[in-house]
Amino acid sequence: MSDTRPVPLMVRVRASGQRRVAAHGVWIGAIVMLAVLPYVFSSRLSLTTLCLMGIMVIFALSYNMLLGQTGLLSFGHAVFFGMGGFFAVHAMNAVEAWGVPLPLVVIPIAGGAAGLLFGLVFGAIITRRSGTAFAMITLGVAELVSSGALILRTFFGGEAGISTDRTALVHPFGISFGPQFQLYYLVAGWCLLSVGGMYALTRTPFGRMCNAVRDNPERVLFIGYDTQRVRFIAFSLSGLFAGIAGALVAIDFELMSSSQLGVEQSGTVILATFIGGVGEFAGPIIGAVLVTYLQVTLRDLTDAWQLYFGLLFIFMVMFAPDGIAGALARQRPVLQAGQLHRVAPYYVAASLPALVAVVGLSMVIEMADQLTVHAADGPRMMFCYVPVSADAPLAWAVAGLLLAGGTWVFLRAAQRAKDAYDEALSTAHPRRVLP
Amino acid sequence: MSGARPATALELCGLRKRFGALEIIRGVDLAVPTGERHAVIGPNGAGKSTLFHLISGRIRPSTGLVRLRGEDVTGMAPQLINRRGLSRSFQVTNIFPHLSVWENVRCATLWATGYRYCFWRNVERLADARQRTEEILDQINLLDRARMQAGLLTYAEQRALDIGLTIAGNADLLLLDEPTAGMSHAETERAVALIRRVSEGRTLLMIEHDMGVVFDLADRISVLVYGQVIASDTPERVKADDAVQRAYLGTEVP
Repeated sequence: MSDTRPVPLMVRVRASGQRRVAAHGVWIGAIVMLAVLPYVFSSRLSLTTLCLMGIMVIFALSYNMLLGQTGLLSFGHAVFFGMGGFFAVHAMNAVEAWGVPLPLVVIPIAGGAAGLLFGLVFGAIITRRSGTAFAMITLGVAELVSSGALILRTFFGGEAGISTDRTALVHPFGISFGPQFQLYYLVAGWCLLSVGGMYALTRTPFGRMCNAVRDNPERVLFIGYDTQRVRFIAFSLSGLFAGIAGALVAIDFELMSSSQLGVEQSGTVILATFIGGVGEFAGPIIGAVLVTYLQVTLRDLTDAWQLYFGLLFIFMVMFAPDGIAGALARQRPVLQAGQLHRVAPYYVAASLPALVAVVGLSMVIEMADQLTVHAADGPRMMFCYVPVSADAPLAWAVAGLLLAGGTWVFLRAAQRAKDAYDEALSTAHPRRVLP
Repeated sequence: MSGARPATALELCGLRKRFGALEIIRGVDLAVPTGERHAVIGPNGAGKSTLFHLISGRIRPSTGLVRLRGEDVTGMAPQLINRRGLSRSFQVTNIFPHLSVWENVRCATLWATGYRYCFWRNVERLADARQRTEEILDQINLLDRARMQAGLLTYAEQRALDIGLTIAGNADLLLLDEPTAGMSHAETERAVALIRRVSEGRTLLMIEHDMGVVFDLADRISVLVYGQVIASDTPERVKADDAVQRAYLGTEVP
């Protein structure tokens, strides 16, 4: 308080210069990583997964323009994703039918335009409200569009959907985008472009006003801005990027069905964004990669994969409401103060019992699944390469013990870790002396 | 702020506000000349904050007129009134608590510097917004707190930031709602100096409970009691006014 000398300008200039170099480094690193990834993960499954991750990254980031940047909870974001996909499919089929010499790489523009258009149309109505009313209207619009999609069969193709052939367009330089390897680079290119675009948007006057609207909409009115206009622009632009993601999924699957614009898809993007963390720009990227990976792998491992998602979501909401990125960001001051070595052992100590609890929980779920869904196959099953009999009381006792014991130890260890974190932080930032 | 500006910055004519059966503002007439520092005082529940809400567009008057430099702004949306040069602070600190102090002030400069909803320019490269932000932070003595999250500032600093947000848009009429409420004596002194500084060349209308502050700053005082202005005059004459003595100041004159 007593020291009110201004920060010397040179210090700030130098600091921002360093940050600029660091920022460019991140982008160059991302480009190199995207270029190399398909050589590291070259199997067909890996390439398919990487494509889905890239698409989900765009979709989740576009969602976070609403949730994280502007503070708007939408339950119908897949509407714009799906619309982008359907317009892309029809654009591809039209290009093929009329023999227009347009390459596949420009098709996402059609998807983005459709997403933007529907964002403008629905946004004009939805963004008149904020908060809970906004969330409710998005849910209504989502239901309206997905039920409408089943009625308008010529455009949406009913249950079967609309199919297309991505190789039917012209092949510049002999690139057909038929092989998944080539398709990967199309997705990666659009992903990079979209992520760059959305990042740039956060650094514009409009982007900053989105944050202001999220923080305190009332005050925004009294510094000259119309909060509804800010919400409207954010909503429309997020529709644009969701549309690009939808077009990419249409190109990837060569099929678009109305399930892509349904409530389940909207739920997935909320999950990915929230698990990744809404408070940091990179949060939804982490969430999209993780959720896509889990979707692909868990689906093969277990029938109850959606249950695991639900549990993961509940866990995150309860223990890390700012997501993975938020939890990582909270370590930054500790790391900067050179205190990470003091808290890291506590994190390890907390994660071990957590792992035990997860194994116990998973065992309960899988045995229940074996006894109900797979009742016809009998109680014998494999759990973590160990033969288990799902109707044996001992197996249930072991599972229960792992779950209860692991949870009990975890909760205590988590509290210890939190205390250690707080202490490390207080040494990093000694409490300011008040005048 | 230049050239021929109207002699009256703000004019209220027969302003009334009714909430159901309850009439909070019961016919207020008030004219604030350009460049004047005008204080509104009155007991709790007199309707002072409601009056500010009516003027700034936060709530709509039931009847009556609000004229800003001669222009009728009655019932206009807050942002439209703000763009016409009226800016206000709040009784309860009203800032962007999760944004940095720097972002707080810069957001408040963006409309006036003409960037509006611009989403194609890098906000860090807007030299005029940057310069204006630095000026404001310098004025409110928060330049060394620029990087700090606004919600972590001390109470007095947050109040100063609220005033910073109010002046950042270069409004020529400021409405400050109890700017020194809850401050220590030393903090109040600093706040008064700040208010004196930022209201230089502007018109100021402020609600204030601290009589020391009022008599120190105000050119004229209006006394609001039960939704009506019972006196509007220079501090000395208001102090001597019989009606004011009875209704508000009691028998002990400060």
